[in-house]
Amino acid sequence: MTSSPVRAGYNFAYLDEQTKRMIRRALLKAVAIPGYQVPFGGREMPMPYGWGTGGMQVTAAVIGHDDCLKVIDQGADDTTNAVSIRSFFRDLTGVDTTEETEAATLIQTRHRIPEKPLHEGQILIYQVPIPEPLRFIEPSEVETRKMHALEDYGVMHIKLYEDIAQFGHIATAYAYPVQVNGRYVMDPSPIPKFDNPKMDNSPALQLFGAGREKRIYAIPPYTEVRSLDFEDHPFEVQRWEASCAICGSESSFLDEVVMDDQGNHEFICSDTDYCRTRLAQQEERA
Amino acid sequence: MYVAVKGGEKAIRSAHELLARRRRGRQDVPELEVSQVEEQLSLAVDRVMTEGSVYDRELAALAIKQAAGDLVEAIFLLRAYRTTLNRFYSSEPIDTDAMEVERRISATYKDLPGGQVLGPTFDYTHRLLDFALLAEGEVEASNTEAVEARVDEAMARVSQLLEREGLMVNEADSGAEPADITREPPTYPCDRSARMQALVRGDEGFLLALGYSTQRGYGRNHPFAGEIRIGEVGVSIVPEELGFEVEIGAIQVSECEMVNGFTRLEGGEVKFTRGYGLGFGQCERKVMAMALVDRALQAAEYDEEIKSPAQQEEFVLSHCDNVEAAGFVSHLKLPHYVDFQSELELIRRIRTADAADNEEDRS
Repeated sequence: MTSSPVRAGYNFAYLDEQTKRMIRRALLKAVAIPGYQVPFGGREMPMPYGWGTGGMQVTAAVIGHDDCLKVIDQGADDTTNAVSIRSFFRDLTGVDTTEETEAATLIQTRHRIPEKPLHEGQILIYQVPIPEPLRFIEPSEVETRKMHALEDYGVMHIKLYEDIAQFGHIATAYAYPVQVNGRYVMDPSPIPKFDNPKMDNSPALQLFGAGREKRIYAIPPYTEVRSLDFEDHPFEVQRWEASCAICGSESSFLDEVVMDDQGNHEFICSDTDYCRTRLAQQEERA
Repeated sequence: MYVAVKGGEKAIRSAHELLARRRRGRQDVPELEVSQVEEQLSLAVDRVMTEGSVYDRELAALAIKQAAGDLVEAIFLLRAYRTTLNRFYSSEPIDTDAMEVERRISATYKDLPGGQVLGPTFDYTHRLLDFALLAEGEVEASNTEAVEARVDEAMARVSQLLEREGLMVNEADSGAEPADITREPPTYPCDRSARMQALVRGDEGFLLALGYSTQRGYGRNHPFAGEIRIGEVGVSIVPEELGFEVEIGAIQVSECEMVNGFTRLEGGEVKFTRGYGLGFGQCERKVMAMALVDRALQAAEYDEEIKSPAQQEEFVLSHCDNVEAAGFVSHLKLPHYVDFQSELELIRRIRTADAADNEEDRS
């Protein structure tokens, strides 16, 4: 593939090679222990913490000249932060970028998993704000590490149970906790729980980077990922009465768009590539 | 039908252009030179160097100019540059005993070897706006001798005086390799060197408030400003191929040693405890706050009850970094459509179910 040159004065993909090696080691450990949070020497990136520095460090550590990168935020390729991260890597690696899910070898994402199924050889890189699923129950890292070590996840089930007692539903609509490979309870990053089933037995490698919290974790391909639930309150995903106003999809995650100051709204696909592809297919058929 | 909003790339470009214009200000006012920032806003430069973890006055000044005076943004710029730098050596520990002192005060002794040296300080100034500066009048250096006089007399260290008498807990170099939280993320409880590094990089305002809280009863530790000194110290390295120390330059640092409330130690002796603060340039407020917090964080070592925020290591250290904090707070500006949509769907579902329940109750 043809790569354009990298911005003068910087190493390929910004980070120096030693740092990339350190991150790759952490990644290997993370893949070997699915769902376990591996501490790593997270670096300052030229973007603010909380804006995807963890995902960017992981991307920088795995990206090569032959890769084709897709970056999405809220499922969309054209949200400002996705645009900014994509142009950063175009500037500092010269690799090809794409908006097509199936054409990408690396997909860096914030808050969504693409609607189109991923395939073998693809890597999905999540930006993670708070990697610790137990953090909002137990603020201390010392305690939560102990809980993971002892597989002491009772508090999480109590939290979910209290939701049911209070609201009649589990009141977690995103960042819904999962158990990976029957062992570690993991935060899937703030994706809607709608996306949780896509993590299970995915043929793609899923990597998670939390820059500010300096943690990396991973789900290897074809690994069991189970959303926590109860027998009498099984896990379920969001449903909409509406369908996409652009492509008519009834099965994708929909964003609500307010149309006027009366609060009237329409729904559109959050995944722009999925929506565009469907529209193109419909036009072809017509 | 709804047409999706496009044009993020163009919007970002325009925003950057507007920012550059805002930073430059009115064209008829001369552009600020980096050297002016370096020379005339030197305390801002010092803060940016300390929290940015790079001792380079020019780069810190550039960061301040580029950030239009937003110091937290400037610290971030410097940190992001720091990541890209190669590390050639770790320096030998600096020796503040050998400091070329320009300011040194002690609040615990009226006089002591080397004396009290005020140096350049805002202390004892009357905080009255000086309209002469508005008229861009130069302040005449009336007595250059007093200004230039450096203190050559040996300066005994207050802490050493107290240590020698056995009145204060000893602090000695353990010889252990210090932690580096920029390479290895801190684990809790963390050792003193990691704690110190986090505090030096920590936000001045945050540490000031925490230090202040200890004075107001949230983890009191009875502090005395044993000694504050500011001046230049040499920095040296030991190149592997040479095997001896080579001085590679000098940096200005501020150092604060607090003498804190005494306690009965394990061996039965009663001694004063201590807190330590150090920073680049002249950053007295920062190092005093740091010393107070350092002492508060030693609570566990002295079997003190840990009940106040300043005493909680994990709380203090994981929230004191302003680059991390500012980043995460500001990320709330990023789109959260998807998460919000998930909540909307859920709250509507709960309300619909509630309404149905109420209907049933009524019928």
